[in-house]
Amino acid sequence: MTASHPVFASFGGAIEFIFTPQSSNVTGGQSVGGLSQTIELILKQLEVTVLALALALIIALPIGLYLGHRGKGELLAIGLGNAGRAIPELALIALVAALIGVGLVTVTPALAILGIPPILTNAYVGVRQVDRAIVDAAKGIGMSELEILRKVELPLALPIVMGGVRGATIAIVATATIAPLAGVVTLGDYIINASIYGENGRLAGAILVALLALILEFGLAALQRRLTSKGLRLKTA
Amino acid sequence: MASPVLVAAAGEVGKGFFHERTSESLPCQAKPDEVFCFDWARDHIDRFGTPALQHIELVVFSVLLGFVVAFALALLAHRQGWLRPPLLALTGVLYTIPSIAFFFLLLPITGLGRDTAIIVLAAYTLQIIYRNTMLGLANVPDSVKDAARGMGLTERQLLWRVELPLATPEIIAGLRIATVSTVAIATLAVFIGAGGLGTQIYGSGNLTFPTSVIIAGGIGILMAFVFDGLLLLAQRATTPWRRVRPA
Repeated sequence: MTASHPVFASFGGAIEFIFTPQSSNVTGGQSVGGLSQTIELILKQLEVTVLALALALIIALPIGLYLGHRGKGELLAIGLGNAGRAIPELALIALVAALIGVGLVTVTPALAILGIPPILTNAYVGVRQVDRAIVDAAKGIGMSELEILRKVELPLALPIVMGGVRGATIAIVATATIAPLAGVVTLGDYIINASIYGENGRLAGAILVALLALILEFGLAALQRRLTSKGLRLKTA
Repeated sequence: MASPVLVAAAGEVGKGFFHERTSESLPCQAKPDEVFCFDWARDHIDRFGTPALQHIELVVFSVLLGFVVAFALALLAHRQGWLRPPLLALTGVLYTIPSIAFFFLLLPITGLGRDTAIIVLAAYTLQIIYRNTMLGLANVPDSVKDAARGMGLTERQLLWRVELPLATPEIIAGLRIATVSTVAIATLAVFIGAGGLGTQIYGSGNLTFPTSVIIAGGIGILMAFVFDGLLLLAQRATTPWRRVRPA
């Protein structure tokens, strides 16, 4: 390759780092990077993201849907959503590491804390904004409360509920990047420990984290389209 | 108001006579089981001043930049409808890329420091501000627009005198979300060498010393609420007609 622009050169170096192990001057001869370590870190980041998202869903989704269905607890559902955005991610991870301990068991709930507010708020708002006339009609044909929630409100609320899930996923996968500070070695290790992985490693980490987040977002958007009932698809397209 | 003499005397008392510097009064960094060290906090509170100011600067500059760009994009898309899907997708991509990754994607181009942090944080706010501005403009009732046109307003007058004022609550709601999120995310700017409260969280030894993390995180949360309150006041001030309507 001829001498190219330094920007392209650094991106080229990063791509090389992802696929081929490189020598590092602080690990004592042990090489770093390469495909096997990269895959290992990607899987770790996916693991902690999926676990935290699942935990956030288990906690926030039923509460949000229930509050929306009953039309109660607006202050909790909306207020918590607003307050949740103010949590500084770095402080959260650092505190969990310093006070409770490091590892998957402590980081997963910490990341779930970031996912709960958007899911809770959107589940609440999604169900609340369903036309009351439709709910009354469902009652009129003899549906039980649970049937109304499951067959009427949830399908109509789905785009907004999924919006919350997507927001939660973005927040969680982004913060999972700094999880190495709390002992969960994700892709962020390439970024945070640049002294070990070098400039190429750091840029490689940034590229991979960005791609991972985009893939998750596009995947969830596709899932949302599939889950949205056919009648609604035309309207929301 | 305490007289200078009394303050000086109190200082002497604290230092000399009653408060001998025994091992118990050492900073609690030596005692890792301590959650919050008040002595250390009292002695070192001044070291949070500069990072807090840097943090405010980061937030104000990036939200302002984000607002200018997103607002311009929204006005453009308002006039040229075909731009809406691509702009939504573009801002969505910028919103999705985690800030810490975005910092280092830009590093080869813009280098270490505040500029890179501001660009990334501004890029993150685009989607929120753009979407809310479009929502606000879409929520203006057609009847109002028809009435304005009937009174002889041009399209430009209609936009600036009718549509945008009526869209102000949604626009400011977007700004509030963007600002509060940016205050939180700006703690990560420490990784790109842009200073801010993150320096007191992720600094030498801070990760294992909760007191500094708690203070810096607390200042961040407080800052978010203050910004939020100020924007809420701005919204009230710019939309006086909403106050007379019964909620």
